[in-house]
Amino acid sequence: MTVYSIAYKNLLRKKTRTALTAGGIMLSAWVLATLLGFNKGYQQGLNRDIDNMGFQVLLTAKGCPYEAATLMLKGGTGLRYMDESILKDVYKYPEVDKITPMLMHGVFDPDKGESGAIAAYLGVDPATFPAMKPYLEFKQGAWFTDDEAYEAVLGYEAAELETREAGDLMLVIGVDKPVKVVGVLKRSGTQDDGTIFMPLGAVREMFGRKGKLTGLGIKVKKEADIPAFENKLYDLPDVQVVSMAQVKATIMNLVNSARVIVMGIAGIALIIAMAGVINTVLMSVMERYAEIGILKSMGAMPFDVFRLIWTETAILCGLGGAAGIGLAFVTAGLSEAAVRYFLPYAPNGALIALDPAITGFAFVLITAGGLLSGLYPAWRAARVRPLEAIRIEGEQ
Amino acid sequence: MTKDILISAKDLRKTYRRGSEEVRAVDGVSLDIKAGEMTAIIGPSGSGKTTLLNMLGCLDNPTSGTLRVGGELVFGGHRELPEGELTLVRRRFYGYVFQKFYLVPTLTVLENIMLPGTFYRGEGGWNPREVMKLLGIDRREDHLPGELSGGEMQRVAIARALINGPKVLLADEPTGNLDSRRSEEIKEILKGLVSRGVAVLMVTHNLELAKAADRVLEIRDGRMH
Repeated sequence: MTVYSIAYKNLLRKKTRTALTAGGIMLSAWVLATLLGFNKGYQQGLNRDIDNMGFQVLLTAKGCPYEAATLMLKGGTGLRYMDESILKDVYKYPEVDKITPMLMHGVFDPDKGESGAIAAYLGVDPATFPAMKPYLEFKQGAWFTDDEAYEAVLGYEAAELETREAGDLMLVIGVDKPVKVVGVLKRSGTQDDGTIFMPLGAVREMFGRKGKLTGLGIKVKKEADIPAFENKLYDLPDVQVVSMAQVKATIMNLVNSARVIVMGIAGIALIIAMAGVINTVLMSVMERYAEIGILKSMGAMPFDVFRLIWTETAILCGLGGAAGIGLAFVTAGLSEAAVRYFLPYAPNGALIALDPAITGFAFVLITAGGLLSGLYPAWRAARVRPLEAIRIEGEQ
Repeated sequence: MTKDILISAKDLRKTYRRGSEEVRAVDGVSLDIKAGEMTAIIGPSGSGKTTLLNMLGCLDNPTSGTLRVGGELVFGGHRELPEGELTLVRRRFYGYVFQKFYLVPTLTVLENIMLPGTFYRGEGGWNPREVMKLLGIDRREDHLPGELSGGEMQRVAIARALINGPKVLLADEPTGNLDSRRSEEIKEILKGLVSRGVAVLMVTHNLELAKAADRVLEIRDGRMH
């Protein structure tokens, strides 16, 4: 028989109280692990989304950079246009490796969703765009045959939403001629999954935007100084330079602000759990006051009693913490769905990234918090004098 | 024979203050407790029996007088052992049995008996199964205290007190919660321990039990008669 088995059996004396306290610790561990996992998952997802764009700098018509970033990440409609002559100006810069011109156009579709929604079409250059997105693989078909062809390549989710396969025809609101689906992409885990790609020339013709662009994706040479290049681009008239690094930093700043508040809530949850631990263990000590005194009369030193009570706390916190981590794994999908519902922008891929480092840290933090709370009750128990216990016995 | 004296008390006094009044709970008691001897302390309620037992058992400090345990001065003159050292003395010499059994309800009989050994295993300690057999509770090894009779619980408490091989067993009203039949059983057990060289010092109201003692000391108003 060891101190651990005695401590464990002591906890079983008041099963409901032990379960409630462990439940409080479990919830704290769950909140903490989920939040830490979200922080990491969101950052990873955002990095992945931006890295998979294939270009480091986006040039748009002058406007709000946040709007531009949001439009770009959400695949939304471009509201401002640039003349295609800007392509030549940008190519003059020695830092430029590749450029792909894009024209985004949105049409309100009253049959989409419950009360209608914007259907967005991204016109891309068949000669340059596929080369910038080498990771895109086809489930069916291939890229367009011609820049003027009325053809479309659907992202994986867009194909599911439109219920179209390669070879099918689809209608675009306001356009008389049908568009042929020539390819369906495999799932990439990026915003491309929800995009309808069409040849740039065809989109211009369909929507009367001859010679216009909404964005230029610029891939810079490896040795280029990107911030310096971005500054140079501002010499061009009426353009907005969106740096992917800036987008990442801006979104992370917004997310970090929200995270501080949520971490504050997690901190409060931790404090409440710690208060619960102090209350439970202290109550348990008071109830066993006489018994602890008898233990000391039988030769238990103050440290022995301290160790026994602290071990009870450690078991309580360890079990609660482990259950909380387990719960975080089990409910990761649910938590992710809730986060996606409430956040205005959430990157693709897993949003709650629970790895050993995160779960280990959450477990250690919760257990350490619990053990800290157990110090006072254990100290009180260690100070019990045998005679006091015997007097209590006599008075009862 | 000096070597047989386990506890030696000289002129022990214990006074309390109750408001402005000074209460002499124990007033100048001197006695020796020898190995293999059963001593009963009797007296009316409030006479100072338990206070004397607590002082002799190193659970309470006297106000004055001297107390030696195993020849070592525990209290007297300018010497007063701190709590930690008193615990070491208690480990080496004493086993305690109380009127209430204070068994841990979630531990089995065997585990309750082994509980003191978790913290300290004394030289000459008893084998748990041997002590259970001696006390007639060997068939109850895996039972929880809630499944035992009062007499069985007191036997478990005695076994727990004996596990580390104490030289002195202090018992405060060991039969206080038991009927006459169970009391008789406990008396026989205590006599058996004395025959094995253990000194038994008990406080009791049970005159039948006191009659079994080698010495009966009566205390009234804190004084020995």
